Amino acid sequence: MTKKKTFEVPLYPYVRSPDQDAGKAVRHKVVVVGAGPVGLAAAIELAMQDVEVVVVDDNEKVSWGSRAVCYAKRPLEILDRIGCGDHFVDKGVQWNVGKVFFNERQVYQFDLLPEDGHKRPAFINLQQYYFEEYLVDRVKELQAQGKPIEIRGNNKVVFVDQSGDVATVELETPEGNYFVEADWVIACDGAASPVRSMMGLDFVGRIFEDNFLIADVVMEASFPTERWFWFDPAFNRGQSALLHKQPDNVWRIDLQLGPDVDREEEKKPENVIPRLKAMLGEDVHFELEWVSIYTFQCRRMEQFRKGRVIFAGDSAHQVSPFGARGANSGLQDTDNLIWKLKLVMDGKAPMSLLETYDEERIFAADENILNSSRTTDFITPKSSVSRVFRDAVLDLSKAAEFARPLVNSGRLSVPATYDGSSLNGDDCAGMPVRSRPGSPAADAPTVNGWLLDQMGNKFQLLAINTEVPDTVEVGGVTICALSVNATDEVADRYLGDKSSAVYLMRPDQHVAARWESYTEANVAQALNRAIGIFEQEGAQ
Amino acid sequence: MSHLNTKANIAEPDEFYHDLLAQHEGRSAEESEALNARLVLILANHIGDAGVLREAMDLAANTQGGGEVNRLV
Repeated sequence: MTKKKTFEVPLYPYVRSPDQDAGKAVRHKVVVVGAGPVGLAAAIELAMQDVEVVVVDDNEKVSWGSRAVCYAKRPLEILDRIGCGDHFVDKGVQWNVGKVFFNERQVYQFDLLPEDGHKRPAFINLQQYYFEEYLVDRVKELQAQGKPIEIRGNNKVVFVDQSGDVATVELETPEGNYFVEADWVIACDGAASPVRSMMGLDFVGRIFEDNFLIADVVMEASFPTERWFWFDPAFNRGQSALLHKQPDNVWRIDLQLGPDVDREEEKKPENVIPRLKAMLGEDVHFELEWVSIYTFQCRRMEQFRKGRVIFAGDSAHQVSPFGARGANSGLQDTDNLIWKLKLVMDGKAPMSLLETYDEERIFAADENILNSSRTTDFITPKSSVSRVFRDAVLDLSKAAEFARPLVNSGRLSVPATYDGSSLNGDDCAGMPVRSRPGSPAADAPTVNGWLLDQMGNKFQLLAINTEVPDTVEVGGVTICALSVNATDEVADRYLGDKSSAVYLMRPDQHVAARWESYTEANVAQALNRAIGIFEQEGAQ
Repeated sequence: MSHLNTKANIAEPDEFYHDLLAQHEGRSAEESEALNARLVLILANHIGDAGVLREAMDLAANTQGGGEVNRLV
């Protein structure tokens, strides 16, 4: 008997909840809809902050098939911050080199060459089912510590309503329906978000017509651990193709099929296998693990929050898969949201702080949509002239360096810097641009280990070559000191021309404000601004 | 004497590429071809230098189908 795949085993099987026998709707702090990467990350972070959370999912298994497979450095750092990064990186396949082929000729090669002095690599490949399984492991670990988190499998949301400060959710289970109430609902229920539909909220953008066939194959192959991308290869004439390695000898193959295909027909093994043999060779032995056909849209909700219901991940914004900007940006949504929600729930920040979740993450979503739309336009030219230019770029890219930056087979996910965010405070001229207010903290080695391992989940004053108080209280918020002596990397990434620096860091490891030295008044003002308390201009 | 610069010289390549193709939206194939011809002439005049233009023409003429064959199988 063959061993069942991870994604075939129920990981959070349905169990009857006492809520179903309560006779009235039981009130919870937060209900998270969807136990995918984004929903689980949100729930883990809430539980770590001792916020009671119930995750509901319409089935009881992790993701069917590998789905999202590329995870970028910043999301790995977020996983570290929520206590579970090692698991993912230990299992994942690291890669740096990407090759681009036009027809049968290699035209371009890139090396993601991660800058030295970071704990995490630029990218890992990992099947989404492992990603979700490891997050579920983290949930179990938190449960063992007595943290208030549970996952309810086979609990499908069929109705959502809200009035005043409470949302009501109706759940359908194998044993009938029941209601729960929640202070907050976080809808992480994917691009087809049933919650969004039930609430009648719009989701508009661009529709792309091309179909793509994904096949995950298990094979012993000696292909290098690199990302190979083809424009117009002989084995898939007129279309594109991608080959990428995942753990356990699983290879992701992505073949563009074009518009107007019979999707059910194309998914049949008798049609898939010849396509794969044309690519991999007649003699390669492989086993199909998962086949899917996708099309995509680039779109987002106008606002990510409607009263007590907040959307995160694909439910709020959808991009093409080129650039790995889906799950990666979803994790950055929760990174941005949860600390804000916690401060609002504790009454330490005004409700208006949540408006900056929209402000900052819509800014990021638009950046992701722009990048992934442009990649799509390059990969699937929409007119003969755009194909002519695309092919001209590819023809030139071998001989002429200038053409290489124009080759666009995916602009890989990088975190957004929240330039212009209303939460950003003072900047200091002469310090590195990369660490300006709004930017995610750059990792660096320090004498006490990696900088990012010492940072996050609370407000901190990062003091470099200077003194700050151990703690500073502003309103109800405590800011903790994180003092480091400048290593070369710290100096390069945080000091620039200056000999010392004080950075106010947000709980999501983004820079709020920075100065050369500490003053209580500056820090207090910046902290207030970072939690959405804006002083009137000129008020004393 | 100056030479053709083939090093990357465009600060925002994706934005440039998008703007370039946006000029062609809604045009017929003939109109696009004519637009491209006008654009080449405008840019050539801006460059002016006959040696640089000759190098550019040679590069364009000799790069179709460039690169090594590299097959998976």
